[in-house]
Amino acid sequence: MQDHIDLTKLIFGRLSWDAIPFHEPILLATFIAVGVGGLGVFSAVTYFRLWGTLWRDWFTSIDHKRIGIMYIVLGLVMLLRGFADALMMRAQQAFAFGDSAGFLPPHHYDQIFTAHGVIMIFFVAMPLVTGLMNYVVPLQIGARDVAFPFLNNFSFWMTTFGAALVMLSLFVGEFARTGWLAYPPLSGILSSPDVGVDYYIWSLQIAGVGTLLSGINLLATIVKMRAPGMSMMKMPVFTWTALCTNVLIVAAFPVLTAVLGMLSMDRMLGTNFFTNDMGGNAMMYVNLIWIWGHPEVYILILPAFGIFSEVVSTFCSKRLFGYTSMVYATVVITILSYLVWLHHFFTMGSGASVNSFFGITTMIISIPTGAKIFNWLFTMYRGRIRFELPMLWTIGFMITFVIGGMTGVLLAVPPADFVLHNSLFLIAHFHNVIIGGVLFGMFAGINYWFPKAFGYKLDTYWGRWSFWLWTIGFYVAFMPLYVLGLMGVTRRLSHFEDPSLQIWFQIAAFGAVLIALGIAAFIVQLVVSYLRRDSLRDFTGDPWGGRTLEWSTSSPPPAYNFAFTPRVYDNDAWADMKSNNYIRPLQDFVAIHMPKNTGAGFIIAALSAVCGFALIWQMWLLAGVGFVAMMAAIIIHTFNYNRDYHIPADEVVRTEGERTRLLGSHV
Amino acid sequence: MSDHHQHPAHAAGDEHDGHHGGHDDHHAHADHGSLKSYMTGFLLAIILTVIPFWLVMGKVFDKSSTTGLILLGFAAVQIVVHMVYFLHMNTRSEGGWSMLALIFTVMLVVIMLSGSLWVMYHLNHNMMPGMMPDMHNMP
Amino acid sequence: MSKTITFTNEAVSAVSSSRYHVREHHPENGTLLGFWLYLMSDCLIFACLFATYAVLGRNYAAGPTGAELFDLPLVALNTSLLLLSSITYGFAMLEMQRQRLRSTLIWLAVTGLFGACFIGIELYEFAHLIHEGAGPQRSGFLTSFFALVGTHGLHVSFGIVWLVTLMFQLGRHGLSSENRRRLMCLSMFWHFLDLVWIGVFTFVYLMGVLP
Repeated sequence: MQDHIDLTKLIFGRLSWDAIPFHEPILLATFIAVGVGGLGVFSAVTYFRLWGTLWRDWFTSIDHKRIGIMYIVLGLVMLLRGFADALMMRAQQAFAFGDSAGFLPPHHYDQIFTAHGVIMIFFVAMPLVTGLMNYVVPLQIGARDVAFPFLNNFSFWMTTFGAALVMLSLFVGEFARTGWLAYPPLSGILSSPDVGVDYYIWSLQIAGVGTLLSGINLLATIVKMRAPGMSMMKMPVFTWTALCTNVLIVAAFPVLTAVLGMLSMDRMLGTNFFTNDMGGNAMMYVNLIWIWGHPEVYILILPAFGIFSEVVSTFCSKRLFGYTSMVYATVVITILSYLVWLHHFFTMGSGASVNSFFGITTMIISIPTGAKIFNWLFTMYRGRIRFELPMLWTIGFMITFVIGGMTGVLLAVPPADFVLHNSLFLIAHFHNVIIGGVLFGMFAGINYWFPKAFGYKLDTYWGRWSFWLWTIGFYVAFMPLYVLGLMGVTRRLSHFEDPSLQIWFQIAAFGAVLIALGIAAFIVQLVVSYLRRDSLRDFTGDPWGGRTLEWSTSSPPPAYNFAFTPRVYDNDAWADMKSNNYIRPLQDFVAIHMPKNTGAGFIIAALSAVCGFALIWQMWLLAGVGFVAMMAAIIIHTFNYNRDYHIPADEVVRTEGERTRLLGSHV
Repeated sequence: MSDHHQHPAHAAGDEHDGHHGGHDDHHAHADHGSLKSYMTGFLLAIILTVIPFWLVMGKVFDKSSTTGLILLGFAAVQIVVHMVYFLHMNTRSEGGWSMLALIFTVMLVVIMLSGSLWVMYHLNHNMMPGMMPDMHNMP
Repeated sequence: MSKTITFTNEAVSAVSSSRYHVREHHPENGTLLGFWLYLMSDCLIFACLFATYAVLGRNYAAGPTGAELFDLPLVALNTSLLLLSSITYGFAMLEMQRQRLRSTLIWLAVTGLFGACFIGIELYEFAHLIHEGAGPQRSGFLTSFFALVGTHGLHVSFGIVWLVTLMFQLGRHGLSSENRRRLMCLSMFWHFLDLVWIGVFTFVYLMGVLP
């Protein structure tokens, strides 16, 4: 009898039917909706017999272009989930005053704001940024793929399975209620004994491995695989920002891995890293997590800066002003981002000398950013500006981000921060820079490179709707939060007593609705563009008059990107080629060496997710088996020495011939 | 540069083997070391290990701080010995990128260690005054 | 073989297009750089653990201290084993350069054995500490000790698994260029772990014993 009970515990851990939220109407309704929707998608894919294509051509693909698109799809899907959380929070805060408790009890509300932060940073912003870098960088440097194509595929699946674990927490068990950084002792085993924080830890550890490997991959790619003649100072600015971003990734993510590892040891093994007694020190967690956290936000923004540089020079038909200073500014930002982390916890009590040092470094780091803004403005000055969608998003960024940056400099002053720390002013500041900077940058990049990836432009009409709804919606949603923050309102509250505050929350809620409409407009834009794709077709591969090498390929590029590796002589290599009457080679094509697709990445990542799930629910047997299986899968994969093939010269001839015909018939 | 692809695809593991073997060794890893350099490094490492152990086990110095500083010094030198003689660290490998990556990493490690120590010292001093310096007596 | 299709002759285009492209480009292999970058990231994980040990290392919580617990002669033995394993891996690499597969395998096996002894002794040390009531749950000091030394030990263990796997792969594919790259990566990994150990025995054991 005793043995039987122990066996159940060994197999199922603390997983039981109680984990499924049958008694929570909102969750149950979501569960059913997702179930029905998922079933619909599943059935459609089966009906149209797409599983084969999906597996062979996408899931097992090691092509950086396919992987980049999959990352962006992941990011956009998770945006819907993260934004649903935002809508619920705005709704709750607009209604919950005095006697009205709103519709979300604190237990629930706390999970929502935690999930909102985790999802938006790790599973929306990071995948969008990684996806764009993955797609664009090899093309911009004249390479055929990244340095480690298999690792690229593996990284994608690790990120996706991390997201899957977070999504699973909605329906099986619950999520953390600690905020997106899970400070102990609240996140310790005593205060959060349930599975929530464990879901948080393992989904981030799994996704974190993917991100770190991706960082190494893109770094090695940029260092080793640039086309002949492309010296460092001839690289496109987006590639420079990608380089610095990946340096930050390789340097910062190990710290996150270590800190989350320590937190999980405290929770699972009873160690004393961050406990209140027995010699632990919870403040050390805050210190270490922000040593990761500050570089992380620069990981998000630097690629956006790179996108804006490309967009501005393209749509002003001018070489970027101050290329050298742009490069130096980016490198300086990269280094300085390691010297400011304490500004996230001025109020924790390190005292005046420490606070002053970090306050000053924080203010210094705004200088190179300012230099970039001036360079973009000087590029626009006396340029022939075309207000296509990417340019609209860029201008929206310039105004919005500068406001957010200025409130950041305000917060950098420790005495001011003592009043404003953890108020809604802080929330308004970081949404200001993340939405105005990162998100607007992603939309600019998506609109800019969409024709390259899919062969047709995105519809302008719905794109403009999306832009204006997002921009106006942002200001309506977040300017009230600045006001509320200055009045002293704290973050993460689900209920208020002072009725005079309510109007501001209601305005903010209306802003959130506008943004929701902006997202809807974006989805409509995607659908309409697909339906109208023939009239939006990009025949030349260079729909915007671009200046960098990706625009020299067809839209979409062939699997091998370049039939012949380009030779580079100047910055803006493609602009240089066009101005020298470059003619595309039409003969002497050779066979091209390419890596093979593989399912190993998917399998290893899936096994690691199984292991993570088992650790969360303390299903030790499954965890052990999962871990061993994962190691076995990795070792078996290393025995595969047969990872390449050649695209025969005939096929290259045919593909290039197709493009020649296309170019000829649409002059 | 190269002109070897006149033959059809073959076992990928051995691709470029005969032709590029020399190439890879050439720019992949300029130094592989020799018996002499490995033995030199080994002997230096032994000396740089034995002395610190002797200093502590023999209680050679009275002041802990003196011993501590000397230990750190020896560790730093031995780390360099390992870098040079075992890892063949030089400014040429990978076109200087290895050295650059190392310098950047070392810089970050220094910032992380010294920054954390500085910050945590102040935090502990301000926020847990009773706890310092006799932490070991607190249950 | 490359095939040629003759299009309309454009002598001018042949000149200008060949200026802007390379007929066959073989990008340099990035494996060694990529692995070095991974090692740099691993260095930062250890730095985090060292920083934590630096902060928590004297938090004995009225429990045992380093001076009371550390068996320095045993640590000296372990240090020599690891250093020896480093030199034997060096010998393996020298044999690899001389294209001697059998000798390479022998030195690799010796390295693996030294590594296994290192782990064995470390496990014995940990078991002993836990038996004495000085396990990782006892205090902040012991938590950070076990985390730092344990993580190093885990890395060595993975290194041994990798070494054994590579020996099988050498048996199958010999000293191909791919296998040479793998040997060089493992070499970097192995020496890096010895390097981290310098920090461990200095900072944790030797300085931990000082009053």
